[in-house]
Amino acid sequence: MGLYILCSIIFLLGVYAVTAKKNLVKIVIGLSILEYAANLLLILIGYRTNGEAPIITPASQETARFVDPIPQALIVTSIVIGLGVTAMVIALCIRLYEKYGTFDVLVIKRLRG
Amino acid sequence: MNTNTVLPLFIAIPLGTAFLIVLLGRFREQLADLFGLTATALLTVFSLYRLGLLPQVYYMGNWPPPFGINLVSDPLSTLLLIIINGVSLLVCIYSVTYMTGYTDKPKYYSLLMLMIAGMNGVVLTGDMFNMYVFLEIGAISSYALVAFGTEDEELEASFKYLVLGSVASSFILFGIALMYSTTGTLNLADISRTTSERGLNSVMVFATGLFIGGFGLKAAMVPFHAWLPDAHPSAPAPISAMLSGVLIKALGVYALVRLFYNVIGMNSMYSGILMVLGLLSMVVGVILAVGQWDFKRLLAYHSISQMGYVVLGVGIGSPLAIAGALFHLLNHSMFKSLLFLCSGAVEYSTGTRQLKKLGGLWYKMPVTGSTCSVASLSISGVPPFNGFFSKLLIILGAVQAADRFGLWAYVIAAITVLVSFLTLVSFVKVQRYVLFGGLSEKLQKIREVPAAMCLALVVFAILCVGLGVFCPFVLNWLIYPARDVVLDKAGYISLVLVR
Repeated sequence: MGLYILCSIIFLLGVYAVTAKKNLVKIVIGLSILEYAANLLLILIGYRTNGEAPIITPASQETARFVDPIPQALIVTSIVIGLGVTAMVIALCIRLYEKYGTFDVLVIKRLRG
Repeated sequence: MNTNTVLPLFIAIPLGTAFLIVLLGRFREQLADLFGLTATALLTVFSLYRLGLLPQVYYMGNWPPPFGINLVSDPLSTLLLIIINGVSLLVCIYSVTYMTGYTDKPKYYSLLMLMIAGMNGVVLTGDMFNMYVFLEIGAISSYALVAFGTEDEELEASFKYLVLGSVASSFILFGIALMYSTTGTLNLADISRTTSERGLNSVMVFATGLFIGGFGLKAAMVPFHAWLPDAHPSAPAPISAMLSGVLIKALGVYALVRLFYNVIGMNSMYSGILMVLGLLSMVVGVILAVGQWDFKRLLAYHSISQMGYVVLGVGIGSPLAIAGALFHLLNHSMFKSLLFLCSGAVEYSTGTRQLKKLGGLWYKMPVTGSTCSVASLSISGVPPFNGFFSKLLIILGAVQAADRFGLWAYVIAAITVLVSFLTLVSFVKVQRYVLFGGLSEKLQKIREVPAAMCLALVVFAILCVGLGVFCPFVLNWLIYPARDVVLDKAGYISLVLVR
């Protein structure tokens, strides 16, 4: 239960940063926090107290104590995806800064939404 | 050759072409055109070839179902594959001349191919996390394509789209994590089996809430629609056609339908939520559209409204309404792509897309004018065209549901008719300001667009009429089998899990 609450709090912090902040870079940081909350939840789901690496050897036949390996494989993928998104959004921020000369979203509002 | 092995090609061909175009396109720009057209033509042939075949499952690396990733091709996936690859072929034909106005065509084709790979992946995959990965491939390339013009407004629209899209993706990833924590599996069929055995626990209900938010944002349902009217008009016209015609369906609506009907299982609460979202999108989208003076922005608001019809039909959930929703999905991809391509043709010839600056184009651009009329009549639901039949099915489905919703069923049907009427009003406005009226001084010298663009417009227009006139055949071959898949949760489980 604790892990759900912890990750939800971090997730909501990310949503707050994305929605309430007025600086493009802070919004990008908010997006990263959102990513990390989801990744943290995934890795904590697979965690076992006093667990071992999930490799079957003659010495360790007790699979119940194995750490779940699937979430670890998943977050490797999702970190890479997060990297792609962050690179893309930073590139957009740089181009926006060249056009408008500011990171302030209140100035960058030529579209009517 | 085993027909099964075609399935990975739907992802491998566009992915491979994307990288080939970047490598070879720098030598000659025509190579990019050639690769783009060949790849999409091949994909279209493959997806049409799947039409008569039985549902098939491809096990990646031959891992047995709950462990490995599997690709599932059933009639619902086939319907979406035909939409995605058919529209992208016509869009590629159109792009050959349209995109000469932009620099660096090879990069454009490369991103387009990545987007197609992502969407094909989403509709074929039978694994929840794999779906997320493909969804991100499609979404990231679409962010880049929206910013392709790299002017102020394009960049701003792309940033907005990217932020909201990433939030949606995070919602979906969080939902997947919760789903995995309670079911212990990522395979869609296996999750489906677990939920039908144990029922929905509270974690699962929370995860479905996150999915409604995430996929609803991708599908631009009304409380989550703010990015669409900026992002879709800012992209180059062929990409607007892909985004409105295909992307919001493959990434948003398809995923919602698959998850709610085949995996989680529909109940009255979810049905109510989807119906409310659908009705809101229909009404708000069309009301905002009527007041627009920018051609592409008006079309973008109509996309919200028309996707509302689809989600409403899915939410009602009777066999007739779902058939109507899926048929409307197909029809909307045809007429909305055609309308965006027409707006691109108008912009290509006149250099503007403000309705007030246009007028009288009917006499100068007969092909664009007549195809634009066909599309406008289709989207407004005038009888011989395709939009009429799908809207009719949804309305009949709503009325038929009177035994479950009582008087509300008639209210829903009435709202549906009213929205259809408002759509007609706003397209009468488009016709009046773009095609008829006096030709202004500046526009005396404009000419019809080049042949390749005309070809794409005409094929779309023929499809719009054809899908309407041959409606019974289309329903029998494409829509009813897809609807049967949607309604058959046990069938989906046994298709994947039994070898």
